[in-house]
Amino acid sequence: MSELRRNQTVNDLDVERGGHNRLVAEVLLIEDDPSICRGLELALGRHGHRVRIARTGEEGLCRSRSVPPDVVVLDLMLPGVDGFEVCRRLRAEGDVPVIMLTARGNDFDIVGGLEAGADDYVVKPVMPRVLDARIRAVLRRGRTGAGAARVDRHGTLTIDRASLTVARRGVEVSLTPTELRLLLVLSASPGQVFSRVQLLEAVWEHDYLGDSRLVDNCVQRLRAKIEDDSARPVFVQTVRGFGYRFGPT
Amino acid sequence: MRTRSWLRFTGLRPRMVAGFVFVAVLGAAAAAGAGFTSSRAALVAEVQDGAAEDLRRRVAEVAVTVDYPPDQQALDQMRVALGTSTMVVYGELVSAVGPNLDAVTRELRDAVGAGQEMVLQRVSAVDGPRLVLGTPVLETLMDGTRRDSGIEVYAVRDLSATETRIADSARAAVLTTVLALPLALLIALVVAGRVLRPVRELRAAADRMAGGDLAVRPPVRGSDELGDLARAFVRMAERLQGTVAELRGMEADARRFVADVSHELRTPLTTLVAVAEVLEADADLLPADARTSVLLAAEEIRGLARLVEDLVEISRFDAGRASLLLDDVDVPRTVHACLSSRGWSGEVQLEAPESLRARLDPRRLDVIVANLVGNALRHGRPPVRVSLRADGGDVELEVVDHGPGLSEEVRTRVFERFYKADAARTRSEGSGLGLSIALANARLHGGVIEAGDAPGAGARFVLRLPGAAR
Repeated sequence: MSELRRNQTVNDLDVERGGHNRLVAEVLLIEDDPSICRGLELALGRHGHRVRIARTGEEGLCRSRSVPPDVVVLDLMLPGVDGFEVCRRLRAEGDVPVIMLTARGNDFDIVGGLEAGADDYVVKPVMPRVLDARIRAVLRRGRTGAGAARVDRHGTLTIDRASLTVARRGVEVSLTPTELRLLLVLSASPGQVFSRVQLLEAVWEHDYLGDSRLVDNCVQRLRAKIEDDSARPVFVQTVRGFGYRFGPT
Repeated sequence: MRTRSWLRFTGLRPRMVAGFVFVAVLGAAAAAGAGFTSSRAALVAEVQDGAAEDLRRRVAEVAVTVDYPPDQQALDQMRVALGTSTMVVYGELVSAVGPNLDAVTRELRDAVGAGQEMVLQRVSAVDGPRLVLGTPVLETLMDGTRRDSGIEVYAVRDLSATETRIADSARAAVLTTVLALPLALLIALVVAGRVLRPVRELRAAADRMAGGDLAVRPPVRGSDELGDLARAFVRMAERLQGTVAELRGMEADARRFVADVSHELRTPLTTLVAVAEVLEADADLLPADARTSVLLAAEEIRGLARLVEDLVEISRFDAGRASLLLDDVDVPRTVHACLSSRGWSGEVQLEAPESLRARLDPRRLDVIVANLVGNALRHGRPPVRVSLRADGGDVELEVVDHGPGLSEEVRTRVFERFYKADAARTRSEGSGLGLSIALANARLHGGVIEAGDAPGAGARFVLRLPGAAR
């Protein structure tokens, strides 16, 4: 699993001080505070991202539709349509990764955001290099496979590790990069029990202090998409007190 | 609850019922007893008076037919005229026929001989009670005066019938008393139930209030003492509900304020932290003064961000909003990661068992360990030693430094917010909230942190958290 861990750090990237950087990602920042927008635009720009800014939820949804970004960084407290609703609509429309920005850092915001479908969250004030690491991690999830490139069949589920597509009963299932990565990691070793900490490291590339609610929420969403009955899961099984494992075993 | 108090003999209801039944039965017994006593006296008097009057009348009738002094034959004639169980005596002459005449005692005869008009005596024989009557016979002279003729008449009357009637009335009295018992019990239960109903309602209301339902009000009825009690209870409940609502409002306001302050501080800090990173990256390109200023500003901005984070954290504890996210934690690994992620591995000696799993909030464990070790590194002297072990069901983590240790005053105040042991050092690297946050986190787990001195070393902090897997 170590190859899945953070295999790139900020220092490895060729960030040219004061010069132009190689483009890492198109980031859509949906945030109403102009100073934060400008500050993060500058700081993320140093890390090689191109930042587009939307100041309201509606504007963000609109910009996301016109030119789909690689990742959305979403403030939860927005005038008009709030961040939770924006997140739900982004999820309904596609699989763009969403990282929430919460200013309160309380459970209500975090749980609400994860339930709305966010892939990850950071609490303000966030160090730009931390946000950069999260952005890179979420992007890696959709770009690299886990294990050998092959097509696995598990009952009604088909996982194509080369094209990174998943089909249920022959119909392709649309998964976010995080959901896909979680499924790839779990299904690479059917029957093996993964702890939440292991999954946080393998999928989210978080350190040992990652929030296990990220895993639980993502498992819920994944089950809703691939299980026949998500209340009685067959593929992503809970191992009480330990974590999760991939079935059917 | 209710059934138990009903079974309790010291309860108000059983005591009231018992008292009422006792008084009612005692009253019934007294009334029946008094009635029995007076009716028995009246009955006895009636029978005695009747027998005496009857004898007196007969003697008067017979006396006039007798010649004085009488002979044996005259006495016999008198006896026959006076009826059965009669004895007529004149000096040495005795005429006696009938049963029970042995009941006529010497005493009685002396009393009659002494000249009393009519003597009555009740005696109890083997086969029943008897009334013995004795009277002297008076002789009426030619001039109309009367004198003692020397003849004495004794009669014995059977009192069995009277005794039977007395016994009947005694039985009636006992029966009355016995019948009063269930009736009294029934009435007592009903009355006690009615009297105690407001008490029961008050208790139910008090129970529900104790359970947190402050809107509950007991029904108020009547103008008696229990009604007053219920009214007083309602006043108290209203006052309490008002105060609690006020406090909750204040608490909600405070919580909103903290959330607002947190938001208002975090928003500019987000920009500051972002641009500080940009500035720091370019600091080498700046003139020396500007470079120093930029690095200083960036450092202070990070310190400010930490302080805000700590303030928000501690206000969450104050508002009772801190919650545990428990997980199955590999404690040695978490402690090791806590030290290495902060670059402390070289300065701190860690002694830990191979494996120690516990049900804890890993983020909070990290906060506790980081604050304890950070405090030891800042305020103590190296080497700092961290030892971890399982103690029964507890996880025990000890942090020892080799500094001067803690004075008595410091030991008691070290967990206070913004407490500085060294007054000369007005600022330190920490926010001044670290140890109070560590303690609050330990307590949230149901654990403790003890501050003391280690023998032969400096300060010693011992963290104890429950939840270790056995």
